[in-house]
Amino acid sequence: MKTGLNHYLKTFILWELLIGLKLTGRYFFAKKITVQYPEEKTPQSYRFRGLHALRRYDNGEERCIACKLCEAVCPALAITIESEVHDDGSRRTTRYDIDLFKCIFCGFCEEACPVDSIVETRIFDYHFEKRGEQIMTKEKLLAIGDQHEAQIAADRELDAPYR
Amino acid sequence: MINIEIDGLKIEAQDGAMLIEAADEVGISIPRFCYHKKLSVAANCRMCLVDVEKAAKPLPACATPVTEGMKVFTQSQKAISAQKGVMEFLLINHPLDCPICDQGGECDLQDLAVGYGGGETRYSENKRVVKNKNIGSLIATDMTRCIHCTRCVRFGEEIAGVRELGAIGRGEHMEIGTYVASTISSELSGNMIDLCPVGALTSKPFRYSARNWEMQRHPSIAGHDCVGSNIDLDVRDNNIMRVVPRENEEINETWISDRDRFSYEGLNSKDRLTAPMIKQSGEWQRVSWDTALAFALNGVKELVGRHGAEHLGTLVSPSATLEEMYLLQKLVRGLGSSNIDHRVRQLDFSDQNRAPAFPYLGQSIESLGQSDAVLLVGANITKDQPILGHRVRQAALFGAKVMCVNSVDYKVNMPLAEKLITDVAGMEAALAGILKALLNMNKIAAPSGIDQLLHSVSISATHEKMAANLSKASHGSVLLGLSAASHPAYSTLYALAECIAELSGAKLGSLSLGANSAGAWLSGAVPHRTADSASSNQTSAGLNAIQMFTAPRKGYFLFGIEPEFDSVDPVVTTQSLKDAEFVVAFSSYASTVLSDVANVFLPISPYTETSGTFVNVEGRWQSFKGVVSPQEDTRPAWKILRVLGNLFELKGFDYMSSIEVRDELKKCLGDIKLSNKRAWLCPELSGNISEQIVEIPIYGADAITRRAVSLSITPDATGHTIVMN
Repeated sequence: MKTGLNHYLKTFILWELLIGLKLTGRYFFAKKITVQYPEEKTPQSYRFRGLHALRRYDNGEERCIACKLCEAVCPALAITIESEVHDDGSRRTTRYDIDLFKCIFCGFCEEACPVDSIVETRIFDYHFEKRGEQIMTKEKLLAIGDQHEAQIAADRELDAPYR
Repeated sequence: MINIEIDGLKIEAQDGAMLIEAADEVGISIPRFCYHKKLSVAANCRMCLVDVEKAAKPLPACATPVTEGMKVFTQSQKAISAQKGVMEFLLINHPLDCPICDQGGECDLQDLAVGYGGGETRYSENKRVVKNKNIGSLIATDMTRCIHCTRCVRFGEEIAGVRELGAIGRGEHMEIGTYVASTISSELSGNMIDLCPVGALTSKPFRYSARNWEMQRHPSIAGHDCVGSNIDLDVRDNNIMRVVPRENEEINETWISDRDRFSYEGLNSKDRLTAPMIKQSGEWQRVSWDTALAFALNGVKELVGRHGAEHLGTLVSPSATLEEMYLLQKLVRGLGSSNIDHRVRQLDFSDQNRAPAFPYLGQSIESLGQSDAVLLVGANITKDQPILGHRVRQAALFGAKVMCVNSVDYKVNMPLAEKLITDVAGMEAALAGILKALLNMNKIAAPSGIDQLLHSVSISATHEKMAANLSKASHGSVLLGLSAASHPAYSTLYALAECIAELSGAKLGSLSLGANSAGAWLSGAVPHRTADSASSNQTSAGLNAIQMFTAPRKGYFLFGIEPEFDSVDPVVTTQSLKDAEFVVAFSSYASTVLSDVANVFLPISPYTETSGTFVNVEGRWQSFKGVVSPQEDTRPAWKILRVLGNLFELKGFDYMSSIEVRDELKKCLGDIKLSNKRAWLCPELSGNISEQIVEIPIYGADAITRRAVSLSITPDATGHTIVMN
């Protein structure tokens, strides 16, 4: 009898709706988590795996020694390397291509690299306009490396104790 | 047999076998660096230490002979800790630069370090650094990586026969290097690359170009000498990256010559012909296959109509495949011409009708190594057929008396019991002298006519010693080499050698030019025999390689021939070709001379891009497949010839595969007798001959080798001249 009355009253004062609005109300006053991209960006880990880059040593020499371990470890077969004897007798790449359509951003290439040459940067927003642009050539990768070297180096520094 | 137990497994081992051999036999692997089954035991790497019951210390398995009841443990605590200890010492001075090392991925040290190496080093002192040596254009050195197994040193002494590499200094200061600063000149030097268990000796032409895991390995047959060494071609992206030996105990054991190993460089040479071309009013034009074939067809038809088929001459390279030769001769014989030859370096064809079915070694290659006396006649075996040279050298090391009768004092890498160097004309007299000495010694009845022939021949002490050595031998071999084959009195030399072999009980053998001279004879690429009758002659023989140019033809087919190199008299040959009305060149390369003389180029695939068969000097048929696709518009030659046969409306050119061609030829030939026996006919001494000897440079043997850049700057290639006598 009592439950019957209770139910009858709640139907008239829209009790269920008020319960729902309570949740809405709580979030209405809570701190907002929406990020206003591109003006705002989410925080990133120093281990973030974004767009690739090839690094250089301080003296401008390419780090990559064409050992092809990244090519061998790549599960998506996204990396293509060709190598030759450089003028100074060292082992160098003549071609270093990453196909970003194939790449799954697993970071194995970075892990395999014995000289910290191929790295994944924090860059994640980029686009292609033409077919073929998804192939990151050696020149493009080196350019990204040159541009972001400070950030890349700082990130490696932070990660060093765990490697 | 001796009973031993390895890791609880009871096995029987050969008397005197070393533990490591017994273990290898049953598939128990013992780690090793310095031990190699084809080299002597050095026992200096200590990696193969195993635990033997009742022995106080671990023993090296490579230098411990098996004894009755021996119990060996390769996996016991004691053995493993000994091996780990050795590995730690080896890695102390190893640079661990695997990422930039060409051996990475196929390195014994790398592989074994996975099993026996420690995770971290305990060594914090400075590592040793050794200066690199420049030892030539074929082998790159990174001597810091050397672990002093001395395989290369032992290879030099025992196999190559040249003591060029050696260990200098002791202990920490030990270094491998050339005693005098010089390059390696052995014709087998490339094998050191395979032998080196680390990356200290690597291939220079291959340097930094590929990793072993990104290449596919395909079996093939080497196409540069009459041995037919078994090889593996490593392919990446439809490119031959390198050539390595494939083990075949009966032919090349585990070795191959540098020519077989490094000539792949010539495959992608700049003057490689990649599309059919025709010459119209002196200008070369790239055309489609249809146009080129129609042009060739019309040209040849017109020529045959105007002058008759006997005015067609055909020259085929002795390194073409069996199928190509068979189809080519079928084509030209179908057109009505028998003027086809592959003997581009021969001068004397007078006894071609009596020749055996093909130039045969007279025995197997393996049995050649067991000879106890070898007479080399006009043979530079070390450079011309390095693998056979190696077999003869092995025989010499086991006490065989190796003797030579040559018109050039070739540098050989084995001890010679006797040596007779004479001028070209004196070759006959030298052999006659040996024959006379042999007759005098054995008091046997001479074959008819010989007495008269030898009447005025004088014999010397050398002749007598040579005769004595040969007749004392239970397994003698008499080998006629390439310079004998291009001697102006080859038939006489052959008959005399035959007689010497017959009377001394030795085996007579011929060494032939190119990869497939034997195949050329069998398939009918000779003017006097067709494939249907391997050793019976045609009623009227066509013109041979010399006659074709002394009596110039109006039209020629050139198959894999470079007239300026593949001919005894390049001037006459080139002039005849220039004067000819129509020349069809089947070639993989467009050299200047060939472009000058030819009217149409049909680009053919070299042996790496076509299927085919080579018949080696012991009569072994070895078929192989094309391992990379033909470059651009080149095509396997057997296909081109098949199409040409059909265009000429000849019968029997409907093959679906090269295997069908081979099988048809095999059926035609029936059983081929492996024998050099023939009816005796007394030769005549020709007396005064004065000819220049044009040596065939070791790296000028065929079109591919001529274009191998690294080979062309080796000491062997650069020191060649024309020899006048």
